[in-house]
Amino acid sequence: MSASVTESRLTRRFEKLKEKNRAALVTFITANDPDPKLFRQLLEGLPTAGADIIELGMPFSDPMADGPSVQLSSQRALLAGVSIDDVLGAVADMREWEMDTPVILMGYYNPIYRYGPAEFSEAAANAGVDGVIIVDLPPEEAEELNHHLRANNLHMIFLAAPTTDETRLPRVLDHASGFVYYVAVKGVTGTKSADISEVSARVAAMRKQTDLPLGVGFGIRTAAQAAEMAQFADAVVIGSAIVDIITDGIDGDRRPQPGLAARVLDFVKDLANGVQTARLGGAENASTGAGA
Amino acid sequence: MAEASNTYRDGPDDMGHFGLFGGRYVAETLMPLILEVERAYDDACADPSYAKELDSFRTTYAGRPSPLYFAERLTEHFGGAKIYFKRDELNHTGSHKINNCLGQILLAKRMGKTRIIAETGAGQHGVATATVCARFGLECVVYMGAKDIERQKPNVFRMNLLGADVRAVEKGSATLKEAMNEALRDWVANVDDTYYLIGTAAGPHPYPTIVRDFQSIIGEEVREQMEAAEGRLPDTLVACIGGGSNAIGLFHPFLDDSDVRLIGVEAAGKGIDTTEHAASISGGNPGVLHGNRTYLLQEDGGQIRDAHSISAGLDYPGIGPEHAWLHMQGRVDYVSATDQEALAAFQLCSKLEGIIPALEPSHALSYVGKIAPELSADHLIVMNLCGRGDKDVFTVADALGTEVGAES
Ligand SMILES: Cc1ncc(COP(=O)(O)O)c(C=O)c1O
Repeated sequence: MSASVTESRLTRRFEKLKEKNRAALVTFITANDPDPKLFRQLLEGLPTAGADIIELGMPFSDPMADGPSVQLSSQRALLAGVSIDDVLGAVADMREWEMDTPVILMGYYNPIYRYGPAEFSEAAANAGVDGVIIVDLPPEEAEELNHHLRANNLHMIFLAAPTTDETRLPRVLDHASGFVYYVAVKGVTGTKSADISEVSARVAAMRKQTDLPLGVGFGIRTAAQAAEMAQFADAVVIGSAIVDIITDGIDGDRRPQPGLAARVLDFVKDLANGVQTARLGGAENASTGAGA
Repeated sequence: MAEASNTYRDGPDDMGHFGLFGGRYVAETLMPLILEVERAYDDACADPSYAKELDSFRTTYAGRPSPLYFAERLTEHFGGAKIYFKRDELNHTGSHKINNCLGQILLAKRMGKTRIIAETGAGQHGVATATVCARFGLECVVYMGAKDIERQKPNVFRMNLLGADVRAVEKGSATLKEAMNEALRDWVANVDDTYYLIGTAAGPHPYPTIVRDFQSIIGEEVREQMEAAEGRLPDTLVACIGGGSNAIGLFHPFLDDSDVRLIGVEAAGKGIDTTEHAASISGGNPGVLHGNRTYLLQEDGGQIRDAHSISAGLDYPGIGPEHAWLHMQGRVDYVSATDQEALAAFQLCSKLEGIIPALEPSHALSYVGKIAPELSADHLIVMNLCGRGDKDVFTVADALGTEVGAES
């Protein structure tokens, strides 16, 4: 079963960046963390700060694949109050002024299952969402949601992990749509540091088996690391390192310190600079781009 | 499944589904691992030497078979049905949990794993896991909610004596649900050498099946023992339900005996009409958590609610997927008992039978006390007395407003 979504905001963005010979910076923040106001400020600032793709966490009470950083941010968002409709509402508002930057949602299946896979897919498409990553829906269980997503021209983005072996990888790639998200570490989010040579070898191996763009995430914390990954990956995802700035910038009642939004966005600018300059000057060897 | 083949015993399907329930809802990093566990288990089942070794440990280490005991004084007390106890509290380590741990540790050994992780609520599964790890010389890490560490202190001490590293989980309700989240995170981070020894008939496929198979020794023995004692099958089987492993172990061999009534007793905490209970079938609805689809306590938006029970072993907002399916099929009745009802049954059993039961089966006994008086003297009830109450003395003393060590 191959993906039926062939043309979208996401595919257009990857094509554009390929023409420019550079990787996409994907930034992760959790919806309504630490409160709706700061979240909206960040959302508004991310495209100009250099986020090429915006990934929004839909908080869940039991984020089993996430480390302490994202767990804390989910808890804050749940305390602030956040429903699927709130997340979609924020995306719909963003689409009033920002039409080109793809938005993908990341979450766990239960809230979507309760919402209704068909209803969710339609509402997400109407809001201007471009794709979803559902951590606990491996290809084996994904069809129940994915056929509704496809019907609404939404990408279901699948993860490939260091443990995904040769016999299993084709199954994952067969379901993948939008891009393939390679999990760079054996671990939950935000706890280990990715090993560049290991990751680049895996990405090179996957290139031979798919034309889809290949993103790398988990364990990338700094602009320098992002730049290294951006030499060979089509997208670099940064999450915990961004979320940690929020964790450090709020008081006990989750109130942001003055200037917190600017601090987060400055960090994103750093990351963007790293990703955008990664293949300039002496790094030609690494930059063949998706499907090349 | 059952409709097509006229049996309730052939689930799950190849994908680990019991009808709508079960499955493998895990992150990609774990998928290859649970597929490996499945292959290794299929291999082990096809290898007679595996069954032989397990059998030998069951007999000489765990002390099986456990007796089927006629609870004469409780029978007299309730004045109706004839009540039997399946004495799984007499197993080594004091509960049914050892049945599963023996099976899985032999599997882990076959797989060449050197590090074992587990979650525990009451600490019984933690103790059983620490025990088999000590016996086979494997490193053991047990995740336990901070609240449970507080209320099951004797078991924490036992685990430490056995050489296990007990890690407190402070998050959320600090009980079994969080312990399981943390164990899954550990597994994702330690995929190469680690085996996750799940303690109940829940989690991603193949765990619900593996645990059920290892616990089914309970029901298989009951069949034979009741045949010897009464010359026929029992009429009603009653078991408490946390994740549902002792219950499915008792029920599964009887699922196709349509005359045998099966009753699972969930924890109603402070009452099923309050928000403080752990009755996922009576008070929840279908959802996806911890690798499987099943009945869950949850908000409308799909956030999982904290469970509550006086019994740490039942304090979980979900239930194994096969139970969810058996409920849908109407084959098993799921009822509930409150904290107070369990406490009363705990005391009654201690005084009348000279057996101090764990708080978990005290829930089952409380329900036996409700139905027994209405049934005739030739009606045979078997209740799974799946754990002993030593671990609960502090909790019970507290609930009764006294202290362990106080004069009475
Ligand atoms: C004695 C005893 N009974 C029952 C349970 C509940 O588990 P399950 O429903 O899997 O039998 C536990 C769990 O810790 C237990 O210790």
